[in-house]
Amino acid sequence: MSTSQASNRRKPPFAVVTRPGSSLRNKTGPWGIQKPVWDWEKCTGCNTCEAICPEGCIRHLEKKQYEADYDYCKGCGMCAAACPVNAITMTTEHR
Amino acid sequence: MATKPFTYDISRGFLPGHRACAGCGQAAAVRMVMEIAAPNCVVTNATGCLEVFSTPYPESAWGVPWLHSLFENSASIASGVEAALRKQGRLENTRVLAFGGDGGTVDIGFGALSGMLERGHDILYVCYDNEAYMNTGVQRSGATPYAASTTTSPAGRASFGEDHPKKNLPAICAAHGIPYVATASMAFFADLKRKVRKALGIRGPKYIHVHVPCPPGWGYPEKDTVEIGKLAVETGLFPLVEWEDGEVTRVRKIKRLPVEEYLKPQRRFRHLFRTEEGKAKLAEIQAIADSNIEKYGLAG
Repeated sequence: MSTSQASNRRKPPFAVVTRPGSSLRNKTGPWGIQKPVWDWEKCTGCNTCEAICPEGCIRHLEKKQYEADYDYCKGCGMCAAACPVNAITMTTEHR
Repeated sequence: MATKPFTYDISRGFLPGHRACAGCGQAAAVRMVMEIAAPNCVVTNATGCLEVFSTPYPESAWGVPWLHSLFENSASIASGVEAALRKQGRLENTRVLAFGGDGGTVDIGFGALSGMLERGHDILYVCYDNEAYMNTGVQRSGATPYAASTTTSPAGRASFGEDHPKKNLPAICAAHGIPYVATASMAFFADLKRKVRKALGIRGPKYIHVHVPCPPGWGYPEKDTVEIGKLAVETGLFPLVEWEDGEVTRVRKIKRLPVEEYLKPQRRFRHLFRTEEGKAKLAEIQAIADSNIEKYGLAG
């Protein structure tokens, strides 16, 4: 068997195949300058922030408590801008 | 504050770590669609921002079977996937979705999309419309709105930007007489999710056109993505309409704001606010919004 045949056998024949969800290894958190911080006292639990986050890194803890995964949060501020009761502030501390 | 570590299950369909710009409307819209569609679905994808930012080699942000082949054939490969699943008798529990940007849908993949609708495949086609070829650097597409400045329709002394109106692709799809066509906006996320849920409950070809604001391409602060998306709808420039079997069945009533409120925050329209000719163009854009409002009965 020639070397070219051997290397062809190792390669997928027609496509590049990767593991599902392998982008999780790429921590996009350091992209951002700011990070969102929730004021749970003000929060009404409307779920807007979780629904509109482009990363999907905001989670609902319980009734009126949300938090973001700063490993992936790019600090765009969409959640803070869209919050109907202004319970989210964008800060630069401990980014 | 943080107690438990964050965990991400691939059954979510679309996972973090993708390379979308901060404030990307498209990434948010894809998450909303996948929240309803995942995990029992197969996704095909046209070339575009979504394909590039979600699958930088050797990574993938997808948790469901996902295929990308070429720019023009997202609808065609989805047709093939659907035919194969039908032959195997596995279509009952699996949904086939085809995704494309506005370039891959309105311009390049238009013939493939029309063929898919004509043949009656059981596929939900979702077009994410950010109104230009953003991935390659903001070139105009058929979905670019009137008077927007892009790199291939630049505004200047000799030009006011894009000189053609936006192609009304949802109406063209509805003219195929398919069971369900809808326009949606990522800013109205409950409405978008309802439409996706409704579409997935219908067998046959379905088409949803999602308006997704793009901070670098349109030139506005990235935090305002939702605000800009809402203004596009509330001014009447992007009407939210549903068609069933070719007939308009439901529209979202709007506040009827002046179009300047939507255009002013965006860099691609700033030339309209600098000259006298620009004022005339603003009046023309207002006329487009007014004709949408009249055509679909949006005034509420």
